[in-house]
Amino acid sequence: MILPALFFYLFAAVCVASAVMVIVSKNPVHSVLYLILAFVNASGLFVLMGAEFLAMILVVVYVGAVAVLFLFVIMMLDVDFTELREGFLQYMPIGLVIGGIFLFELLLTVSYWIINPTTPKSITAAIPTNVTNTEALGLVLYTKYVHYFQLSGMILLVAMIGAIVLTLRHKASVKRQDINVQNARTPEMAMAVRKVAVGQGLQDSDAAEWVK
Amino acid sequence: MTIGLGHYLAVAAMLFTLGILGIFLNRKNIIVILMSVELILLAVNINLVAFSTFLGDIVGQVFALLVLTVAAAEAAIGLAVLVVYFRNRGSIAVEDVNLMKG
Repeated sequence: MILPALFFYLFAAVCVASAVMVIVSKNPVHSVLYLILAFVNASGLFVLMGAEFLAMILVVVYVGAVAVLFLFVIMMLDVDFTELREGFLQYMPIGLVIGGIFLFELLLTVSYWIINPTTPKSITAAIPTNVTNTEALGLVLYTKYVHYFQLSGMILLVAMIGAIVLTLRHKASVKRQDINVQNARTPEMAMAVRKVAVGQGLQDSDAAEWVK
Repeated sequence: MTIGLGHYLAVAAMLFTLGILGIFLNRKNIIVILMSVELILLAVNINLVAFSTFLGDIVGQVFALLVLTVAAAEAAIGLAVLVVYFRNRGSIAVEDVNLMKG
């Protein structure tokens, strides 16, 4: 039974260490890579707890989508990141003090507690033991919590539309197809018939009009 | 040497604190601030899943799934705002964002 504990400490240590590297890295690209490491190890913790579906979703959504989005944006923006680190050492003491106090309080809170004996009676959807975690999650997500599920879908839709509307820009130099203009085009708008006098050839005045 | 609920809560507390600290330390770099917010949300998710599995109630995992959704949407919107801001100003320094302050 020592192996789960060993893996817990491995995942937890790597997760916390890479979270430290996320916030102290000089290069934001390294920060994103450490963020990926932190998320992968957090999904390892999820597997240890028995939430396999959420562990896989964490890898797919965070590593596959969010982290890649961060990488795209960092590489797209031409920013001098060294000057953005000014003030890092200036904020370090106060940050460490506040972080230390905060961590101390949180650890004090989680170090001693008892679960209210009435809590197990108020469980709304107990984890079934005869089905997999994914199936158990689906059994409540699509029945009891279907409205929350659809609401989260709406949130994603709004986020997608919002991101597109924010970043889309129309350039005046790019020509676009206007089907109404194309359909309204008549032969008179497109061409002109000239009577060219015999023996004189095309005159300059005609040519100028033609170019127009 | 059994791993209980408290161990997971301690890990989540550390991640949460690191997220807060990241916002403090990288006051100018909004990309790292967004990553710190992701760390904070990850800590919240670890808490939810830990309580869910140790109390035997699957609703915590459902809620963690919803938190995950909101986190993804927040990252997308945040980065879109960041891109627009960079186009307008040519910089992503957060300290210049108070232009609209009266």
